[in-house]
Amino acid sequence: MYAQMIKSEATDEDPEKLAAFQARIDAGEKIEPKDWMPAGYRKTLIRQIGQHAHSEIVGQLPEGNWITRAPTLERKAILLAKVQDEAGHGLYLYCAAETLGVSRDELTEMLLDGRMKYSSIFNYPTLTWADMGAVGWLVDGAAIMNQVPLQRTSYGPYARAMVRICKEESFHQRQGFAIMMKMAEGTEAQRRMAQDALNRFWYPALMMFGPSDKDSVHSAQSMRWRIKMNTNDELRQKFVNESVPQAKLLGLTVPDPELRWNEEKGGYDYSEPDWSEFFAVIQGHGPCNTDRIEARNKAWDDGAWVREGMLAHARKKAAVRVAAE
Amino acid sequence: MQNEWPLWEIFIRGQHGLSHRHVGSLHAPDAETAVRNARDVYTRRSEGVSIWVVEAAQITASDPDAKEAMFEPAEDKVYRHPTFYDIPDDAGHM
Ligand SMILES: [Fe+2]
Repeated sequence: MYAQMIKSEATDEDPEKLAAFQARIDAGEKIEPKDWMPAGYRKTLIRQIGQHAHSEIVGQLPEGNWITRAPTLERKAILLAKVQDEAGHGLYLYCAAETLGVSRDELTEMLLDGRMKYSSIFNYPTLTWADMGAVGWLVDGAAIMNQVPLQRTSYGPYARAMVRICKEESFHQRQGFAIMMKMAEGTEAQRRMAQDALNRFWYPALMMFGPSDKDSVHSAQSMRWRIKMNTNDELRQKFVNESVPQAKLLGLTVPDPELRWNEEKGGYDYSEPDWSEFFAVIQGHGPCNTDRIEARNKAWDDGAWVREGMLAHARKKAAVRVAAE
Repeated sequence: MQNEWPLWEIFIRGQHGLSHRHVGSLHAPDAETAVRNARDVYTRRSEGVSIWVVEAAQITASDPDAKEAMFEPAEDKVYRHPTFYDIPDDAGHM
């Protein structure tokens, strides 16, 4: 997902306090920033919310790539609004993470020097305009799958950020699907472009949910804490079940020869993505990892004089105001 | 991090006459910029017609560990609620 392979931190605190904390979560209470919480809960959440926030911010890059080349003024305005939303989503999440006692600059530095990760999906390139369709439809679609249940997560500020994000996310998926429809109904070349985008994004989208359940070692504690609401395979199956009929509607073919409806389980059987590719991308060897981090570092460095200048100006103004009082 | 912009808590009043409501926070060098940034971060879809910004460091909050001492006294004062009183239906709506 936007947060993949989040390692849960062990917690060794007073068992009585831990039990009382777990009881609050089991009773459906929200944990708020100043409440007592196990150190492991706090650390795991910082990692998860931080990674989610970084994904929103880095996720602007593959789409930002097409803003100047959108085919019409209307498409350009829509894409701009979508990319601006992603910036907003990143900010909602950073502000939730900050309530746990980490600063925004610390989080940014951990992204820039590679200590923190972002979703593997944003390390794939966006080669054609149809990719804007595939990203909105599949990538935002997969994000929604994960974010909707997180609206009920145990940590109050995270849950509230998810509510805001989910409200805006449906526009993202619909504008993407609308691009796919237009392309799929267009000329033969446009239809081929749409099919090619689906071919390239299908498996990377499936990887967004993280490794298969048998290989995800950190799920149990996070699920007890209600900061992970479903297993990776549950969400992936749900995503496949919803996307396959949508592809059919578009007249496109999901690139999986093994794909077939399984009446017994009430879902599609499908091929798993190539997990060795997933782990390689996570470890920095995807097609765009270097570009993405370079772009974020450049933005941070090039913006330094603006941040410093504005702060100096604000301090000067404040000093003048104090002197006048 | 002494050069990090301060944190501001953002409050928005929607269109339907409700009070300003906390929506989140953001960083900005000063109050004016905080208002401008809040417009872009929190009202992209006409969520508000008025914005308040308060520097987070200026907020004083009740102590969560003193929650019981602070709020329990209200719990046994049932007579503060209208349902505590048995009034005959003949008295009309009250
Ligand atoms: Fe999105």
